[in-house]
Amino acid sequence: MSASATTPHSPARKRSVVRSLLRLWPYVRPVRVRFFSAAGVAVVASCMSLVFPLILKWIVDGPITERDFAGVWLGGLLLLGVGIVEALLFGLRRWLVARPLAGVEAAMRADLYRHSQRLPVAFHDRWASGQLLSRATGDLQQLRMFLAFPLTFLVVNGSTILVGCVIMLSLNWQLALLLISPILPLVWVCTVFERQFSVASRRAQDQMGDLTTVVEESVLGIRIIKGFGRHRSQAQAFRALSQRLFDTEVRKARLLGWILAVIFILPELVLGAVLVIGVLQVASGAITVGTLVAFTAIALALRWPVESIGFILAMCNEASTATDRFFEVMDTEVPPEPAAGAVAAITARARPDEAADGLRFAGVTFRFPDAAPESASVLERVDLHVRSGETMALVGGTGSGKTTLTALVPRLHEATGGTITLDGRDVAAMPRPEVRRLVSVAFEEPTLFSATVRENILMGVDEEDPAGPAGDAEFERALRIAQATGFVHALPNGPDTEVGEQGMSLSGGQRQRLALARAVVGRPRFLVLDDPLSALDVHTEARVEAALREVLVGTTALVVAHRPSTVMLADRVALLSGGRIAAVGTHAELLRDSAEYRHLMTGADLPPAPDEAREEVPAR
Amino acid sequence: MTTAVTDRDARHPEPEPEPEEGAAPPSPGSADDPFAQDRLPAPPGAPRRLLLSLLRPQRRPVLLAAFLLLLQQAAVQSGPLLIAIAIDRGVPAAMAEDYGPLIGVAVAYGVAALGSGLLLYSFFRVLARGSQGVLLDLRARIYRHSQALSLDFHDRYTSGRLISRSTSDVYSLRELLDEGIQTLLTVLVSVVYITALLFYLDVGLGLAAVASFVPLFVLVRSYRRRAGLMFAKRSTAIATVIVKFNETLNGIRPVKAFRRERANDATFAELNGQHQWVNGGTILEMARFVVLARLTANIVIGLIVLWGAYRVADGSLALGALAAGSLYVRRLYDPIDRFAMILNAYQSAAASLEKIAGLLAQRPELSEPERPVELPARPAERPGREVVFDDVRFEYRTGGEVLPRFDLTLAAGQTTAVVGATGAGKSTLAKLLARFYDPTEGRVLLDGTDLRDLTNAELRRGVVMVTQEAFLFSGSVAENIALGRPDATREEIEAAAKAIGAHDFIAALPDGYDTDVRKRGGRISAGQRQLVSFARVLLANPSMVILDEATSSLDIPGERAVQNAMQTVLADRTAVVIAHRLSTVEVADRVLVMDAGRIVEDGRPADLIAGAGRFSELHQAWRDSLV
Repeated sequence: MSASATTPHSPARKRSVVRSLLRLWPYVRPVRVRFFSAAGVAVVASCMSLVFPLILKWIVDGPITERDFAGVWLGGLLLLGVGIVEALLFGLRRWLVARPLAGVEAAMRADLYRHSQRLPVAFHDRWASGQLLSRATGDLQQLRMFLAFPLTFLVVNGSTILVGCVIMLSLNWQLALLLISPILPLVWVCTVFERQFSVASRRAQDQMGDLTTVVEESVLGIRIIKGFGRHRSQAQAFRALSQRLFDTEVRKARLLGWILAVIFILPELVLGAVLVIGVLQVASGAITVGTLVAFTAIALALRWPVESIGFILAMCNEASTATDRFFEVMDTEVPPEPAAGAVAAITARARPDEAADGLRFAGVTFRFPDAAPESASVLERVDLHVRSGETMALVGGTGSGKTTLTALVPRLHEATGGTITLDGRDVAAMPRPEVRRLVSVAFEEPTLFSATVRENILMGVDEEDPAGPAGDAEFERALRIAQATGFVHALPNGPDTEVGEQGMSLSGGQRQRLALARAVVGRPRFLVLDDPLSALDVHTEARVEAALREVLVGTTALVVAHRPSTVMLADRVALLSGGRIAAVGTHAELLRDSAEYRHLMTGADLPPAPDEAREEVPAR
Repeated sequence: MTTAVTDRDARHPEPEPEPEEGAAPPSPGSADDPFAQDRLPAPPGAPRRLLLSLLRPQRRPVLLAAFLLLLQQAAVQSGPLLIAIAIDRGVPAAMAEDYGPLIGVAVAYGVAALGSGLLLYSFFRVLARGSQGVLLDLRARIYRHSQALSLDFHDRYTSGRLISRSTSDVYSLRELLDEGIQTLLTVLVSVVYITALLFYLDVGLGLAAVASFVPLFVLVRSYRRRAGLMFAKRSTAIATVIVKFNETLNGIRPVKAFRRERANDATFAELNGQHQWVNGGTILEMARFVVLARLTANIVIGLIVLWGAYRVADGSLALGALAAGSLYVRRLYDPIDRFAMILNAYQSAAASLEKIAGLLAQRPELSEPERPVELPARPAERPGREVVFDDVRFEYRTGGEVLPRFDLTLAAGQTTAVVGATGAGKSTLAKLLARFYDPTEGRVLLDGTDLRDLTNAELRRGVVMVTQEAFLFSGSVAENIALGRPDATREEIEAAAKAIGAHDFIAALPDGYDTDVRKRGGRISAGQRQLVSFARVLLANPSMVILDEATSSLDIPGERAVQNAMQTVLADRTAVVIAHRLSTVEVADRVLVMDAGRIVEDGRPADLIAGAGRFSELHQAWRDSLV
């Protein structure tokens, strides 16, 4: 009894369920021998359970009735033997699949992790990490369970039903047809129910999600709630949402109760009718008592397999949803790397005089892949040249595209148009790891991983690259530049203290200093810093700046700056305004010439028509 | 009766419910702090007491459900009996053209079928009301309790854990209630029925069946113990996998920028492999239990039949009794597999209940006054209220003095800036004033009234504390401002926003004041968020405001807007500002410089700058940073 045969009403939909589930095959393939053996064992074990009552009946009807005590002993021993074999087969089935299926789950999880890591940042901006995590945990567990139970029992119960039907048909086809008649309506009822139920459970899931959001916000915003003493609407929303969830869940239970009742009542009523007709037929001599007994016995034996089909189909549906959710991520393509030949060509083309060209943006345009077509680009034809060894500050108002521009250099986002070159080599033609080896970054949000301080800082240094200036001296130098030596060595285990989500929690300023150390370790050729000192107190900031100045001397650097003190680190300043470079010059020049820059750096009022003022500057 | 009794055999394809793993969050912190292990101390037996206290209000639906199931099972069990009657009596009667017995059986069979179906339906409805009622109650308790707990607790417990307490832990209890209660009741009812029937048939058979529960009981106990250990290992293993997974995705930018992909693959493979091994072990443990249980049951059946046959031979047991008895014994052991499922659900729910009980066992540190006092009416011409720290000392319960004994009076209407290094005690001072903590000794007085004598509502009308790390709740901008005073009209909200200087940017949002801050286009910058939070304060209009300045800086235009707004907020009330900016200090009437819990300098900003103390030094550094 295959899934496609049971749902005449929506063949397309069901076929797609089967097709979804077939995609699991590559993962099941390595364990196929054990998997199919287990299914075989399950069928045999099932038959054993059928044999069991038959032996009991034989003992009762045969030896006991005939007072043949040797026969009773024989029957008893047989019963014992079959019982032991049945139990062992049950065990064998589970033993066969236990480790392999845990392996399937793990392999899928590893693939998902590997793939997620390589998907572009734009993908991760769209997808909450919770969405990926729920795929890696809940969905994969569900798929393992599906392979272990419903799939096997779909086969087992389906064949049981089939065999039962055949036996009954051969005994008496009229009674058999009557008995089988509720199967089709039942399948139909199950399908209808399953649709309604999935609507209800979808609603419950959404309501649960809303409720979780309220809980989350009430916890994250606890300082505000406590500060004002209350948040009435939050508490109200919580009450209302949990009540609504309650109602939906109760409705789900009613649906479930209803379908279970139908599944129970319908076959029972038909069985009652068969019983009446059967008795009449026996009375009229059309069939024997034995046939009637056999009939009812088989009908009762088939009740559970029939009842279970509905549930098994529902589970198949859930599993196919889980499969789709898994492949939704796996099907997202990782943008291809340039072919090796192209890389060589581009490297060869770099002329010697370009070898120390620095960082160059030429006509760079960027828009987010999911942005509305009519919306403006985030960056529009940006031309900017950071000379080799030069430090360029990037200044601009909120939303001017500074962070996006910096993200294009290590190719965290791919420029939509134009080229970015590092010493004359187009980054788009270089393999991403190569670009990222050349460019070191400190982000505005300093993220530390669950590892020691040392591991966190040295993570950018190539272990495979023996020429890389790693090691303790370099590590200490980086700490010194970031003014982190003092607090790092004061940690319980010094540089070997675990930090990150599972380790010591550090203050924002401390994390920012470690992120800075991570960026400068290993003397990268190109350095991109996104407002690296924003969370530091004034004393520390001054000291970090002094140390950073030394590093910046030999490095080509692009530094996003919000304050004059950070701008002071730079040789020149670029003003980014509305996605374009509005002006480039020294701090003093821009202060003199650009009203917008004056506004950003000193808080001076903008002239009444800021758009025109902006146009003025590049015109100079 | 004998012939048609057929087993509903043991091919139950229900999967074992997984013990809750998924969302168990990683646990931060370290060392032997109970917070680090994500196991808050709960008194022994607390999980069970919690479960009982949750079930008690629902005892009616649960008892009613049990009763419905009792009837339903009676109807179900009558089926085979009716079939036997139909064959034994109906056939001979029908042959004699007496259709009375047949009609009787037919009617009874129909009634039993309909009855048990409807009873099943009612059972589900009633049970769902009960179990969902438990969950509703539990969620509300966790919510209320976590809202009541101190900020200090929130700082240490982390939001992720609180969220997983009210989501995944509640969920695992739900599995137990949904599947567990139903299965448990069904199993209990059928076991009771069948055991009673066996005793009715023959006392010896009954006793034998009861005796066979002993090895099963031993098996269940050993499984519970062993599976408990395995589940604990597995949940630790999956937690490390989750942490690694989450951390990688949340830090995808640095992961890519520092080329961690391959190293991460290797680490993940190791963690994933560990989980795979433990996971497989858990499944095998389950298999071991099911097999042993089934083996025991099958052997018991075999032995009972043999023993019965022996007794039939010596005439002490009726033949029919053995026949019926052996069939019923087989049915008795059918629910074993399902019993294993309940055990699993119970294991997982017990672990969750323990965590929840640990959370609920935390007592809020502050209590409402027994005899609340109201703040004295404030004379209209006097802005703000006077604050007195009277002989105050503060230390954490775990020991460690933060603020040594001190006295301090803040004049009504004055703005006081508090400066000092991290850990100097600035925020403790502010938290005492906002009554997030109570002093260990001494009193904090607001216009002469001890803060401890005010109800929470009264206190918050008088004192509001805001941090500038402004969090916005989902909902419209207007709703976020109205948080300061929920009954405010739209005009009042807009007036507050205008006074703060937030009106222009709010009006420029796609839906103005009704823009949802979580939707596209509703993105509000850090500086603008601070303005919204000031508008809240202005709307709340407390006589005393405590402000914790954000440490991270804005760009300069944003900074100026915030500074202007702050002056509006501070005007006409008593204010304490934990200051990180020179500009803030300069507008204050008074500056307190703190070091190691003591106030080391105190005076007007101009006087302190002119002096040669710490503040003067700090001020110079600030000046330099502005260039």
